[in-house]
Amino acid sequence: MTTTAPVLHVRDVGRDDVPRVGGKGASLGELLRAGIRVPTGFAVTTAAFARAVGHLALDGEPVAARVAALDPADAEGVAAATARVRDVVASAPLPADLADAIAAGYAALCDECGHPDLPVAVRSSATGEDSAEDSFAGLQDTYLWVRGGDAVVASVRRCWASLYSAESVTYRRRRGIPETDLRMAVVVQRMVDARSSGVMFTRSPVSGDRSVVAIDASWGLGSAVVGGDVTPDSFVVSKVTGEITRRTVATKTRWHRPDPSGSGVVEADVPEELRDRPSVSDAEIAELVATARRVEEHYGCPQDVEWAVAESDGAVHLLQSRPETTWAERDAQRTAAPVAVPSERAFDHVFALFGGKQPPARG
Amino acid sequence: MAERSFPLPSRIEPVPGAEGWEQMYPYFSRFQPEDDQRFWFYNSMHFPEVVPAFDGITSEIPYTAIGANTARLFPLPTSMGIEYRILHGRVYITANPVLDEAEQGRRLPHFQERAGHYYANWDRLYGEWQQRIEALIADIEAVEVPQLGELDDLAVVMEARGVASNHFLRENFHRCIDLYSRMWHHHTEFLMLGYGAYVVFFEFCRNAFPEIGDQTVARMVAGMDVTMYRPDDELKKLAALAVELDLADLFVEGAEPPKVLAALAERGDPGARWLAAFERSKDPWFHVSTGDGFYHHHLSWADDLTVPFAALPRYVEQVRAGADLTRPTERLAEERERIAGEYRALLGSDEERAAFDQMLGLCRMVFPYIESHKFYCEHWFTTRFFQKIRAFGRLLADRGVLAEADDVFHLRHVEVEDALADVQLAWASGGTELGARHWQPVVAERKRILAALAGWSPPPALGPVPEALNDPAVKMLWGITDETIQTWLGDEELDEDVVRGYAASPGVVEGVARVLSGVNEIGRIREGEILVCPVTAPSWGPVFGKIAAAVSDIGGTMSHAAIVAREYGMPAVVGTGRATSRIRTGDRVRVDGDRGVVTVLR
Repeated sequence: MTTTAPVLHVRDVGRDDVPRVGGKGASLGELLRAGIRVPTGFAVTTAAFARAVGHLALDGEPVAARVAALDPADAEGVAAATARVRDVVASAPLPADLADAIAAGYAALCDECGHPDLPVAVRSSATGEDSAEDSFAGLQDTYLWVRGGDAVVASVRRCWASLYSAESVTYRRRRGIPETDLRMAVVVQRMVDARSSGVMFTRSPVSGDRSVVAIDASWGLGSAVVGGDVTPDSFVVSKVTGEITRRTVATKTRWHRPDPSGSGVVEADVPEELRDRPSVSDAEIAELVATARRVEEHYGCPQDVEWAVAESDGAVHLLQSRPETTWAERDAQRTAAPVAVPSERAFDHVFALFGGKQPPARG
Repeated sequence: MAERSFPLPSRIEPVPGAEGWEQMYPYFSRFQPEDDQRFWFYNSMHFPEVVPAFDGITSEIPYTAIGANTARLFPLPTSMGIEYRILHGRVYITANPVLDEAEQGRRLPHFQERAGHYYANWDRLYGEWQQRIEALIADIEAVEVPQLGELDDLAVVMEARGVASNHFLRENFHRCIDLYSRMWHHHTEFLMLGYGAYVVFFEFCRNAFPEIGDQTVARMVAGMDVTMYRPDDELKKLAALAVELDLADLFVEGAEPPKVLAALAERGDPGARWLAAFERSKDPWFHVSTGDGFYHHHLSWADDLTVPFAALPRYVEQVRAGADLTRPTERLAEERERIAGEYRALLGSDEERAAFDQMLGLCRMVFPYIESHKFYCEHWFTTRFFQKIRAFGRLLADRGVLAEADDVFHLRHVEVEDALADVQLAWASGGTELGARHWQPVVAERKRILAALAGWSPPPALGPVPEALNDPAVKMLWGITDETIQTWLGDEELDEDVVRGYAASPGVVEGVARVLSGVNEIGRIREGEILVCPVTAPSWGPVFGKIAAAVSDIGGTMSHAAIVAREYGMPAVVGTGRATSRIRTGDRVRVDGDRGVVTVLR
C-alpha cells in the first residue's frame, strides 16, 4: 500500500499529501504540477519515520514517554535528555529495507539527473499545521551538498534526530503538543548550484500589503539568508506594475558555498567586489515576482517561498513554498475593519477628510 | 527639553546692501511683531526666487482668491485662508486654522451644502468654467494699450465718445489687474474640492496597500488628454514634420532660434509649410511659462523660443532614428484600467471595492480640472497678462518715465498706476512727465536690492514649531506635514552628502549635477546631466529629454514635474528642501528615484 511506502518521488505527490511527505514535500509536488521549476527529488515519508523511530527507547522507556515527561522550564534537563535521544535516533540500527529504500531513491535520482554522484539537499519536512514548528524545522534541519547513498541516509537520520533538538522539544512541551502523534518527513532534492538565493513573500511581511512581493536575496546558498548569517538585499515589488518600490542593497559580508571538496557547505566571507553589488538583477527580480504570483494564484493564498538562481544558467528555481501565516493569523483574528466603506454619495468621502466635527445626520 | 523653534521673523539679520527692501512690497505683507508667535513656512514651491516689486501681485492676488474660496465660499470646517508675509523678497505663508470645535461644527453643514453642489454638478460646472476661463483669456488679449498721439484719434470725436484716450491708460491697466484677479478666483474655484478628491483616494490606497507608490496611484487616475503635455506634443509633431519635409538638417544643437527661422524661410514651400504649422502650434500651446507663472521673467516659449528650440534637435534626431514620439494614449489607457482593476481585485472585500470605485470615480471626475487648470491659468492667461503689463511698460519707456519697458516690473502695481497718471496728466497738459526723475532712481535702487537679496538663504520655516500640522489645505497644496517639519528641524544633523525628498519617478542613476537657481539658466544644461533646481516646472518638459535625472527643492509626487519625469521614464526626487544648497554643479551624484534619496559621491 502506498500509504506505507517509505519513499515517494515528488512528482507523485501533491498538496493533499502533507500527512505522508510533510509540507515541504507536498509543496514541491504541488509546484511541479503547477508547472513551476523546482529541483527534482523524493520524500522519505512519515511512514518511514514511524518505522525507524517509533519503537526507539531510552533506558528501556519509550522515547515519546520520556520526552513527554520533560519539564520545559528545566533547560539543563531538557538539554541533557534530548542530546541522548538524538544520539539514539541517529545511531540506533535502521531496518535494512528502509536504508535500502532511501539509498535506492537516491540512486534513482542520480539516474534521473544523469549524475552518478548527484549533490542533494536533505531537508526536514514537517507535517504540523503549526507554522512556528515548521519554521523551527526549516531553520534547524537542512543538510546541503550531500553526496552518496550512505551520506544521504545519515543526513535523513540527522533530520529525524533534530526533531528532538532542545528547542523543538521545549517548544512542544510548552505548547502541550503530544509526542505520540509526532511525524516527520524528509525531502531529498537535487542541489541547485545557487549563485544567489533567498526568500520571498507574496505580501509585505512588514505591512501585510498584498499588492507587493517582498524579496530578500543574497549571494550563495539560501541558508545564509534563512539562518540570518547575512543582511540580505531587500526589494519590494508591486505585483501590479512590476515596479521596484523599495530597493535596499545591503553590504553582504558572509555567504554559504559548496565545500571545494564537493561535499558539504562552507561559510565564508563574500569577496570584496561582490559585497555591495545587488545579488539579483532587475530581470531576475521580475522573474521571481512572476513566479511568486503564479504560485500564489495556484494556492489561492499568500505564500512564503524559498528560491535560488542557478549559477550555471541563471534560471530561477523554487525550493519550497508554504502559506504565509503571520498576517493570515492576524487577518483571521482582526474583526475585519474595512479600509473604507461605500458612502451614500462618492463625495461624502471628501467631507470626512476635511473633517471638523461631523454634525448629526440631518433628517 | 527646550521647545524647538525656527528662527523668529523679528530676529532675522538684515541683508547687507538690501536696506529698504520693504518698500517693494505692500505694507500688509510685512511681518508684524506678533507674527513671532506663529509658524510660517517659505513657499519656495511658488516663489523660489526673490520677488520683484510688480511680481508681488502673484502672491497678493492668489491669496485673496484661495482664502476667499476656503474661508468664505466653501467654508472648510478646520481652516480659513492662507496669510502671507514677505521677508527679504521671499514669500512666507501660514494657514489660519479654525480651532474652536463649535465653530467647525457651524461651518461644516455650509461646506457640505456648497461643496456638494459643486461635486454633484461637476462636469457641467467644469464645462462652464472652461468657457469662462477662455473668455477671460480673450478679454486679457483684447486689452488695448492706448496710443497717445499729438491729437487724439479722430474717431473719439466723430463717434462722440466723449472720453479722451489718456483716460484708458489707467482704466485698461486696471482692467489687466482686475482680470488677473478674476482669473485667480477661477483658478481656485475647484482647487480644494479637486485636490480633496485626490487626497481621499491616495489615502485610501495607502491604507489598503501600505507599500504602494504615489506614482502608481497617480497612474490609476491619470487622464490621457492632459493639456499640460500638449506643448511638448506639439514640439514632437513639429519635429516629425521637419523630418517629413526634409528640413531636419536645420535643427542642430545650439542653433539660435531666429537663425533657424530665417533658414526655414529660405527653404521654399516645405519651409513655408513648416513655419505655418509652427505658427498654429504657437497659439496657444507656446503660451507656456518656463516657470510656473509667478515671475514676469519666466518668459513663455512664445516670448523666448530658446526652450522649444533646444528640444527640437533631439526630437528630430529621434524621429529620424525611426522613433514614434506620439503618446500611445490607447495603450496608456488600457494600462491604467489594468492597474486599477488589479488593485481593486486585491482588496479584501466587496465593501472596500465599492468604496474604491466611488473614490476612483470621483478622482477621475476632477482630474481634467486638476491637470488642465494650470495651463489655462498660470500659463496661457498669465503669459498674456505679463505681455500686457510689458506693453504698458513700453509706453512708460516711450514717454520717458522709465528707461526700458521691463523696468515696469520694478514698480508695485499701484505705483504703475501713479506713473500712468503722470503720463495722463502730461499728455493732457502739454507738459512733461515727472516720472523719469522720480521712478528711474527707484528702479535702479530696487535692482541693486534684488541682487543683494538673491544671495540670502531663506530658512525653510520661521517661528515656533507647531504641535501638529494638520491643515488639509497646507498638506494638499504644499505637501507639508509634521514629517516635513521634522526634516527641516533635523536637517543640520543629517549626513551632509545625503539629501532626501519624495520618490517622484523610479530608477537609479549616477551622473554630474547641474545646479540651476532659475529657469533663465536652462540653456546651460548638457546632455546626460542631472538637473538640480529649486522647482521643476512642467514646461521644462522638453529639457527632460536631455537630462538623466531631476532633483528639486520643492514639489510633490503629484506635481507636474513628477508626471513629466515619469513620462520620460527618468528618475526624479522632488521636495528635497535643500538640494540646490547642498549640491554643486560638477558634483557626482546618485539619484535614487525609488527611495527619494540623492547622494553626493565625493
